[in-house]
Amino acid sequence: MTNMLLSNLEFVPGCQVEKHLGLVQGSSVRAKHLGRDLMASLKNMVGGELKGYTELLQESRDEAMKRMIQEARGVGANAVINIRLGTASITAGAAEVLAYGTAVVLVEDREAANVGVSQFTVSE
Amino acid sequence: MSPGIIDLAFGVGSFLFFLALGCCVGVLVEREHYASIRRREAELRGLPIIQSRFPPQALGPCRQMFVQGSVVIGMDYFKRTLAKLRNLIGGRIGSCATLVERARREAVLRLKEEARAHKAVCVLNVKFSTANVLSGDKNNNGRGCVEVVAYGTAFIPKYPSGQHPAGI
Repeated sequence: MTNMLLSNLEFVPGCQVEKHLGLVQGSSVRAKHLGRDLMASLKNMVGGELKGYTELLQESRDEAMKRMIQEARGVGANAVINIRLGTASITAGAAEVLAYGTAVVLVEDREAANVGVSQFTVSE
Repeated sequence: MSPGIIDLAFGVGSFLFFLALGCCVGVLVEREHYASIRRREAELRGLPIIQSRFPPQALGPCRQMFVQGSVVIGMDYFKRTLAKLRNLIGGRIGSCATLVERARREAVLRLKEEARAHKAVCVLNVKFSTANVLSGDKNNNGRGCVEVVAYGTAFIPKYPSGQHPAGI
């Protein structure tokens, strides 16, 4: 079970949900550090993208996803469907990133594969 | 001149300086960003986003992948001052609208760029999430930066076009 299928659709074409394993989630709270903040506040005088913040939040989103995948693996899922992401500001200077979805066990839909309608597979 | 007047002059001077800087450079930064957005949108027009949960029948065998794009964009000093003034009387803040719009279009572009890098042909069910993050200090003095994340499911054909066994 090295590959985990991730999707924000609530079904996977060509596959059937064999078992629902419930909600799985992962989150990560990160604060900006002083150096990054200094650069960002300078950049903020003239507007535009604050790359330091973008990277910070992207890293924390990756970590949240990783934790969600770990949890899904822990309950024996091979896919997480209907994934949603959220970002919230907790205190000044810190942000929480949340990823959640439904952990499921998918099996290939033999019928659909036979008629050639679709041949989506779970693994990459 | 008394030190009080010098202090005041310095304060007003730096305020005006940052206002002018924000106004001039901010406008340039925004114009450049819009130009870049338009150029890349034209490039990526061939990769449609379909706001449906069901893939088109004509797609053929595909594998799917979760893709996302995110960006944090800050408001310049001039716009922030304007927004604060606007707050006194209320109403539409045009400068804030362009900020969020730029962020959203940029996030979509990054999502599409990721999808294209994996040779996807379309992206389904794109969702947006907008948050006001990492801004504000203890005086609740907002920096006015906004984060937009766009995420969706990219569909990647299993066979490159023309190589499908059924000849699709």
